[in-house]
Amino acid sequence: MRQIWDFHGGVHPPENKSQSTSRPIRKATLPRTLILPLSQHIGQPAKALVAPGQKVLKGEVVAAAEGPVSVAVHASSSGTVTAVERRPVPHPSGLSDICIVIETDGEDAWTHLTPCEDYRSLSPEQLLERVRQGGIAGMGGAGFPTAIKLHPPRNDKVNALILNAAECEPYITADDMLMRERADEVIRGMEIMAQLLEPEECLIGIEDNKPAAIAALKQAASGTHIEVVVIPTKYPSGGEKQLIKILTGLEVPHGKIPADIGVMCQNAGTAAAVYRAVRFGEPLISRITTVTGDGVATPGNFEVLLGSPMSDLLQQAGFDASKTDRLIMGGPMMGFTLTDPNLPLVKTSNCIMAVSAKEFPRPDPAQACIRCGLCAEACPAELLPQQLYWFAKAQEFDKAENYNLFDCIECGACSYVCPSSIPLVQYYRYAKNQIRVTAQEQQKSDKARERFEFRQARLEREKEEKEAKRKARAEAAAKAQAEKVAQQQDAPAEVDPKKAAIEAAIKRAQAKRAPAPAQAQAQAQVNIAELQTNVDKAREKLEKVRETLAESDGANAAMQEKLSNAIAKNEERLAAAEKALHDAQNSAQGTPAASNATPATQADPEQQARAIARTRDKIKTLTQAIEACRETDPQRAAQLTETVEKTKAKLAELEAESAPTDKAIDKPPEPNLEELTSQVEKARDKLSMMQGMLDDARAEQPADEAKIAKLQRAVEKNQDRLAAAQKTLEEARTQASGAGVKAASPEEIEALTSALEKAQDKLAMMQNMLSEAQQESPMDEAKVAKLSRAVEKNQDRVAAARATLNEARGDAAENQTSTDGAGA
Amino acid sequence: MAFLHITSPHLKGPARTTAIMQWVILATVPGLLTMTWFFGWGTLINVILASLTAVAAEAFVLTLRKRPLAFYLQDYSAVLTGVLLGLALPPYAPWWVTFVGTAFAIIFAKQIYGGLGNNPFNPAMVGYALLLVSFPVAMTTNWATPRPLAEIPGLVDAFAHIFWGAEIGVDGYTMATPLDTYKHEIVAGTSEAVFAMPVFGAHTALGWEWVNLAFLAGGLLLIWRKIITWHIPVSMLSAMALCSLLLGWDEDKYAPLQLHLLAGATMLGAFFIATDPVSAATSKLGKLYYGAGVGILVYLIRTWGNYPDAVAFAVLLMNFAAPFLDYYTQPRTYGHRKARRGVKQD
Repeated sequence: MRQIWDFHGGVHPPENKSQSTSRPIRKATLPRTLILPLSQHIGQPAKALVAPGQKVLKGEVVAAAEGPVSVAVHASSSGTVTAVERRPVPHPSGLSDICIVIETDGEDAWTHLTPCEDYRSLSPEQLLERVRQGGIAGMGGAGFPTAIKLHPPRNDKVNALILNAAECEPYITADDMLMRERADEVIRGMEIMAQLLEPEECLIGIEDNKPAAIAALKQAASGTHIEVVVIPTKYPSGGEKQLIKILTGLEVPHGKIPADIGVMCQNAGTAAAVYRAVRFGEPLISRITTVTGDGVATPGNFEVLLGSPMSDLLQQAGFDASKTDRLIMGGPMMGFTLTDPNLPLVKTSNCIMAVSAKEFPRPDPAQACIRCGLCAEACPAELLPQQLYWFAKAQEFDKAENYNLFDCIECGACSYVCPSSIPLVQYYRYAKNQIRVTAQEQQKSDKARERFEFRQARLEREKEEKEAKRKARAEAAAKAQAEKVAQQQDAPAEVDPKKAAIEAAIKRAQAKRAPAPAQAQAQAQVNIAELQTNVDKAREKLEKVRETLAESDGANAAMQEKLSNAIAKNEERLAAAEKALHDAQNSAQGTPAASNATPATQADPEQQARAIARTRDKIKTLTQAIEACRETDPQRAAQLTETVEKTKAKLAELEAESAPTDKAIDKPPEPNLEELTSQVEKARDKLSMMQGMLDDARAEQPADEAKIAKLQRAVEKNQDRLAAAQKTLEEARTQASGAGVKAASPEEIEALTSALEKAQDKLAMMQNMLSEAQQESPMDEAKVAKLSRAVEKNQDRVAAARATLNEARGDAAENQTSTDGAGA
Repeated sequence: MAFLHITSPHLKGPARTTAIMQWVILATVPGLLTMTWFFGWGTLINVILASLTAVAAEAFVLTLRKRPLAFYLQDYSAVLTGVLLGLALPPYAPWWVTFVGTAFAIIFAKQIYGGLGNNPFNPAMVGYALLLVSFPVAMTTNWATPRPLAEIPGLVDAFAHIFWGAEIGVDGYTMATPLDTYKHEIVAGTSEAVFAMPVFGAHTALGWEWVNLAFLAGGLLLIWRKIITWHIPVSMLSAMALCSLLLGWDEDKYAPLQLHLLAGATMLGAFFIATDPVSAATSKLGKLYYGAGVGILVYLIRTWGNYPDAVAFAVLLMNFAAPFLDYYTQPRTYGHRKARRGVKQD
């Protein structure tokens, strides 16, 4: 007699197995439709190889294994593929999955099979290949790909091959009946596995409540080195870890797999399937399934084609839906309920139970935990279930994890014995899930932070580069100007022919645009008007942000600080816009200076006066604001004071400027362009900042819809503003190039190119974000929609940038040609 | 047709909290009957009065907490608290003692913490300790002289005494318990002389030895029914025995072992009080430490303390230690090399 060990805990629920063992295995009828889910195993779903309309034969591969851990799916009967689509599948979640639907033709015609009588002479590789082609996944319930399990890493020597025939769950008799009627196949299958793994011992663990199966196995195993070990009936002796403990006395270390201690467990049904695949080349297209419970008149076991609708199978056992309260796939301890009897039968469907409310009464309402400790006595993992329950209930997940929550095998023994009817396993599932979700979120946020930091660094770098470039450009321009002036002063006569030609060409071009001065002036007016709008808009924006700040008073310090920053930035922006306007007005004054005075000259001082008045108002408001918040929020008061100082400085500047209006008369048009460009950039910064604020607000206070709406409006307005500024810039550029003064210089083209590139980068990023969002949270439609809009907008922007660039290039080219022409 | 959609397991064993409480109450019956036989109707009246008070107090708080009465009262936990406190009180304690103690036990020691399962202390013992501290005279002078030393009062007399304080015309109907007597008498005499006193009877402690044996029988019933495990009673009684043998071997100075085991509330405490799962340690090793702690404390307080019996204080003190014990006595989980100690992370 072989020594066996005991495992801690365990329970003895009523077995209720005799109902389904009184009849021999029946062959289920051929269903009209077969539904074959692509994922009937653990790992990656198989990849469908067939298309609707295609004819398939029984045993033909309809979906191939995809990726390292996957299993092929075979047609269970001959017929026509009618669809490859999402169908509800048997899964605790009740979700649907991709299935291949086959309309059977009733002929049940086999595809060509390659039997192998002399399989004992096959090499391990050949055997494994036959198992792989058989599409076999563990049939005990988990569904791990058998071919992969049978191929452990070289250094993991399997000392003990264990066949799990315990079938410890009440009601289920599929393995029992299989072993009674086909013990030979089981033993031969195990021999093949032994041939592959060359273990020192081959053990079959079987509970002592199956005397007929034990006798059949012992007879079939006589003369082999397989030992049938009868173990006491105790749930969950068929748990892999528990069975290993019973048969070998070893424990699978935490976080390891049985192969790490030289043990491998295979299910009895899997062994039979391996035998059929190796000996006859038959893939896994059918299995033995127990149909039992008070809801069926003739409970028993069926050999049923995979993909058959459960309703078909239930009908054959005399299903009475009116008697059925619960439909369960798997056993009563670990099985899950099904809401629909039309789900397909899969490789792991060892039992279908239709139970009445009398048989399985609905759970009592949970009473208080009295820490009686019955659960701890029943736990086969030797956990402290009541402590885990308290931790899960109090959401102290870290403590639950410390108490080895993840060693829980969810066997349900604790819930079974709990006198207070507490659904303990449910609490553990919940806690495990929460811990997993938290870990995922942590990972995600780490990644996001990395991404953000990287982006910040990039923006910073780009800003510096841009600044450096701008400086270089300004210097070059100044130098060129100086040289030009010097040249003109020094040797007006010494104009080289080429230059003369260029000048002539320019003059010609100007002449071509006959009403040049008038047009230029009109354009300048438009420009000024536009800039004015810009300034107004910027002001509006500033007011709005201030309002937001006032409203959010005391709400959130971080938010306030952010808003204060926003105000400061906006003020800067406003100042810049005003300055741009001012410059434009000056240059408008300057342009017509060549063709005598214009009305614009008169308008200018007025506007300046207005600006000054406005600035004074602003200072007044700010001072009041400072008074108001000096006591409540000194930090903000200080900030505001700073702003006032700045504004005062600006006022002084404005006042100084308003006096000598004609100071900037001969200012070249380039600064205007530059100003506009910087304005656009600033607006862009501003926009991205607002968007950041919006995102923050969403993340931090998703409930504060009013604020989010406001910020969203602000973002939209800013987007408009940015667009307007860009338009202005473009127009100014066109104007500049149209005027032929400086056409599109190489620098400008470069700037435009980099702008285009930037826009493209941004677009790519947005697209990334969109696809990520689509993958991660397909439910969050609002977010996805928003992102798609953003992507579209960015696409437009890229297109616009490209158009501008092309135009500029065209201009440059035109210029080039005209210059060349003139040169020739 | 909509099928029920719930998670596994779908099977439920026969154990029920209500049944557990009922079994514990049932297991006190031998002790209760023995006490009634030796000391008269007082104990029975106490038990009934305490049970009614407990249920009423529980219902009162549940109403305040807006909880369904029937669902919570059906668990019999309030009745059990009442029964245990009723058994622990002196048989002829005035009614208000029982009432105050029970109401306090239910309202302050149990419901204030959130009701059954959430109380850190054994409610009955909190009630008992309160009474012992607040009304020491009523709690020590109402012990009856056991049959056959005196004629036990009739039912009407007992009622009258408990509810109206009526004198019962029997001489010396009250007296100190054997434990108390031994402690005071041994100072001046020898063991033989003390044991010759009538209150000790022929075997150890007149009446009390049978009461304790009856509670022991009830306790064994609970162990057999798997309602309690052997750990706490065995370690508690062993610890007491060990203390008595090591520290109090001199019978002329200290109460002998048999008196410790068979007098006072020893067996009631070991099988019914200390085993209250809610307030005791839950791991097997923890239960052993817990029981041993109770046993040692009972012995120390009985021998050198000022109170005649010590089960209440010993249990309450160990209630404090129960969570700590549980943290440090976790079982070794399957697949782990050693058991975890404490709450720290690895």
